[in-house]
Formats: sequence, structure tokens, C-alpha cells
Amino acid sequence: MAKQYETVIGLEVHVELATKTKIFCSCSTEFGGAPNTHTCPVCTGMPGALPVLNKQVVEYAMAIGLAANCEITKVCKFDRKNYFYPDNPQNYQISQLYLPIARNGYVEIEVGDTKKKVRIHEMHMEEDAGKLVHDEWDDTSLVDYNRSGVPLVEIVSEPDMRSADEVIAYLEKLRMIIQYLGASDCKLQEGSMRADVNLSVREAGTKEFGTRTEMKNLNSFKAIARAIEGERQRQIELIEEGKEVIQETRRWDDNKESSYAMRSKEDAQDYRYFPDPDLVPIVISDEWIERIRANQPELQTEKLERYKKEYDIPQYDARIITSSKHMADIFEAAAAICGKPKKVSNWLMVETLRLLKDHNMEPEDIRFSPENLAKLVRLTEAGIINSSVAKEVFEKIFAEDIDPETYVEERGLRTVNDEGALIEVLKKVIADNPQAVEDYRGGKEKALGALVGQTMKAMKGKANPGLVNQKLKEML
Amino acid sequence: MANKISDETIEYVGILAKLELSGEEKEKAKADMERMLDYIDTLNELDTEGVEPMSHVFPVHNVFREDVASYKDGSTDTLANAPLKKDNSFKVPKTIG
Ligand SMILES: [Zn+2]
Ligand SMILES: [Zn+2]
Repeated sequence: MAKQYETVIGLEVHVELATKTKIFCSCSTEFGGAPNTHTCPVCTGMPGALPVLNKQVVEYAMAIGLAANCEITKVCKFDRKNYFYPDNPQNYQISQLYLPIARNGYVEIEVGDTKKKVRIHEMHMEEDAGKLVHDEWDDTSLVDYNRSGVPLVEIVSEPDMRSADEVIAYLEKLRMIIQYLGASDCKLQEGSMRADVNLSVREAGTKEFGTRTEMKNLNSFKAIARAIEGERQRQIELIEEGKEVIQETRRWDDNKESSYAMRSKEDAQDYRYFPDPDLVPIVISDEWIERIRANQPELQTEKLERYKKEYDIPQYDARIITSSKHMADIFEAAAAICGKPKKVSNWLMVETLRLLKDHNMEPEDIRFSPENLAKLVRLTEAGIINSSVAKEVFEKIFAEDIDPETYVEERGLRTVNDEGALIEVLKKVIADNPQAVEDYRGGKEKALGALVGQTMKAMKGKANPGLVNQKLKEML
Repeated sequence: MANKISDETIEYVGILAKLELSGEEKEKAKADMERMLDYIDTLNELDTEGVEPMSHVFPVHNVFREDVASYKDGSTDTLANAPLKKDNSFKVPKTIG
């Protein structure tokens, strides 16, 4: 029988914080500026420049630490991590090695029906590096330091995960917590959330860990899942062939679906950390911790429970809506305006999820306003438009955030409740469809549907279906 | 001198610091580093039992900035001394990845 292997995975997750300015200078963190416009002597490592810590960075890091059940380190400080690379103008990254801001936490994940704790070893504050763009034309690299000095929190887990599903669940959980806190938008594709995967395999039942590798360059959940499967297979093959797994950093190429070792000379793992003498220690009082704790917004688990109680929303729906802070915000705002939480939830659960899927979008990408969704609910509840028109109007809201009231008026989509007009149409439909009329009278209930359909068509979808049904029956 | 820096050590430190040293320079650097380590030995003679390690010489902590941006285009100053530049960026030898 073939040997059974267990995969052991730990994660290093970097999150870009949502501050307005960089971690040690007042340069803007805004995206999309021309290269090097958001730079100054501090974030380009000019001699003599002095970094001053952004207080908001400390507070976001504390908030994330507390939400992930960590202990806050009451005296913490920054260290220099020394390495040479063109994206790092100081030749060191300011980070925290010896006294990271938070330690010994955990988050709870759920895969299938199994709940599990993933422990967090530590999280620390540090600065991001610049961006390198390869110049095809003259085979050089161009360096833009706009991202240099953008604040990051790095979250280091214990090797507690055993499968790609657990890894994704852990990342989704972290992302949800951090988005709820407003500390980062956590977009993998745009790099505001990045995950490095440390993976080793061992024969099932053994206690010792195998040799691990670290994989970088994973920028989607799908790429992470593929990389984990690929690396697991690669290591098992090495072991089965009696070869050794080498501890190294590998770069995942998602197009080729394989990884390759990064040159080790370029990547000497000797960073000669030492305390940064330019930055004074941070002393965090109990009062400060309590203030951050008291200001923590309602997180997903609490929100989910409240939705069930307050709005009578089923567990499954509440779970989906609260899985995105953005969607939850739209839900609550729209429900407050129209007073019909269940109807709002329906629009989110059915049409919104369908359209998101069709367009390959995330809930974070929803662009319509709660006001317009609430107006749509009002229009349908008041019987001003029927459900098929409402669906069509909703697609417009989803795509362009149109005002449904104006849209319905301008296009004349109001349901026709004028009985006189309806009866005229019905007379014609009955006259034109003798076969269906015959069938219905002969006991074929189904034939009524065909007649209703004909009527709706003749009235361009604007008839009130209930009224059509009722009148038809009367007239037959 | 009590401390001895080996050839391998000076080679390794050179790689980490991205320095290419001639034979003569290596010998000089070795002597310098040996003297530094000897000095550390002198410091080690002090009794530091019960003394908290410190990372900063002044009794100052919690020096912060508020999160307020200064919107000033810093690119001209930043690139002023760049040996090579292109498209408002520093131009460097091709990096991998
Ligand atoms: Zn700056
Ligand atoms: Zn890091």
C-alpha cells in the first residue's frame, strides 16, 4: 500500500494598512500616482533622514491583534532587517523581530462541519518596499518608490493547517476580520493582502516536521490552492525517490503551474537584525489597549447573530451577507431605509450573487447604493412594478446604480392596474387563442399559463400578473 | 589579540555586505574586526546582572505622527542624484522576477 502523507502548512500574511500616509513619513499612500511622486528623503533612505512613526499604524495593528485574540506587547520596538535589493533604498527594512506588537493569538476557522483553531505566532509592523518594473526595451529595471514605506502588518501563523481548504478558510477569516476593522481592504489581486506559504510533508502519524519550503508570489486563492497541491506533490515525489527536500524559497509560476527555487545567493537568509536606533520604543498602556478594544466595531460573528435575531434572517443567508463587510453595510443601510430586511436580503442572496458570479466579481466590487436598492424594494412592495420588471431594473441598478424611480417613470414600466385596458387585451387574447381556451375549459389548468403569458406579452410585461390571472378566470 | 577572524568569516561578511575585497583589504578588515571583538570582550567583563537590555540611549518613548498626508510631488528631489533614470524612475541593472 502506498504511504500516506500529511501536509503541514504555516502562513506569513502581509496586509497593507489603510492609512492615509506611510509608516514613517507624511507621504501619501494613494495608488496610481506617477512614479516616485509620493516620496521624500525618509522613504527613499536618504542619509540623515529621520523616521517618525504613524500612530494610526500602531492602532490598526493593535486592533488586528486584539481581534485575533493576541497578547499585545506592552513595550515593543523596531529592528532593522538588512539586505540589498533595488526595491529597498535604505538597504534595510524597518520591521520588528525581537518584540513584535502582538503574540500568541488564534483565529477560528470552519471547513465543512469541522471547526478548528489556527494559532497566530506573532504579528508585527513593518514597511513595504518599492516596485520594480522590468523594462523590455533596454533590458533594465525601473524603480518606483511610491510603495516604499507603506505600512504593513505581517501575521505569522503556527504550522497548524493541513490542507488548501484550511489555508483558504484561514485567509478568508483574516480578510474578514481586517476588513471589518477597516484596517485594510485586503485585495489579493492588487497586493494589499499577500500570503507566503510554508509547507512540508511528513508520513501520516509521525510527530517530527519534514523540511519546509517557502512559496512566494501567490496572488489569488486559486493560485494558493494550486501552489499547495503542486508543492505537496513535488515534496512527496522527492521523498519517494529517496531524495532530500531542500529548505529554500520558491517562486510559484501560476501560468506554468509549477514553482522554481529562487537563487539562494541573492537570498542569503542572514539579515543581521538589530534595533533601529532612529526609532524610540513604543510603550502601550492598559488604558490604550482598552480604548482600542472599546472602539472595535461589531465583527462578523456578532453581526451574524444580530441579523438572525433582529431581522429574522436564516443562518445561511446571514452568513453569506456578513461574509463581506461591504455587503453587510449595504444590507443594513437598505433595510433601514425601506424597512423590509427580508426583501433586501433576497435581492442580495439571489440576484446580486448571481450577477457577481456572472461577472466574476467579489462582493467588495458591488457598486450600487443602498438607497437605490431600497427604492426598488418599495416599488415592488407597492405593486408599482411587477417582479419581472423589477429583475430587469435591478440589473440596471447593479450595473450603473441607476435611480429605479426615475428609470421606471422614464421607460413607462409601471404595472398596468387599469382594469378597463386589461379587459380589452384579455378579450383579444381569448379570441386569438381558441385552442388554449378550449383546453382550459376542458380541465387543462396548464392552458391558463399560456393565456397569461400571451397577455403579459401583449402588455409588454407591465401587467399585474395576479390581476391577469383573476380576470382571466372570471372571463373564461 | 584574543579574537581571530577566519578567512571564511571575512569572505561571508563580504558577500552579505556586497563588497569585493582584495587580499590586502581582507587582512586589514580582519584586523579591524578582531579589535572590535576584543573591545566587546572588555564590555563583557562588566557585571550586567539584573540590568534590562536597552535599545535606545534616551529615556524617550512614544514619539508619533498623526496620519495627515502632505501632498507634495517629491519626484524631482528624489531623482535629482540618480545616476540613470527613465520614465520618472530610477534605472537599474535588470533584476530577476
Ligand atoms: Zn516619504
Ligand atoms: Zn514581512
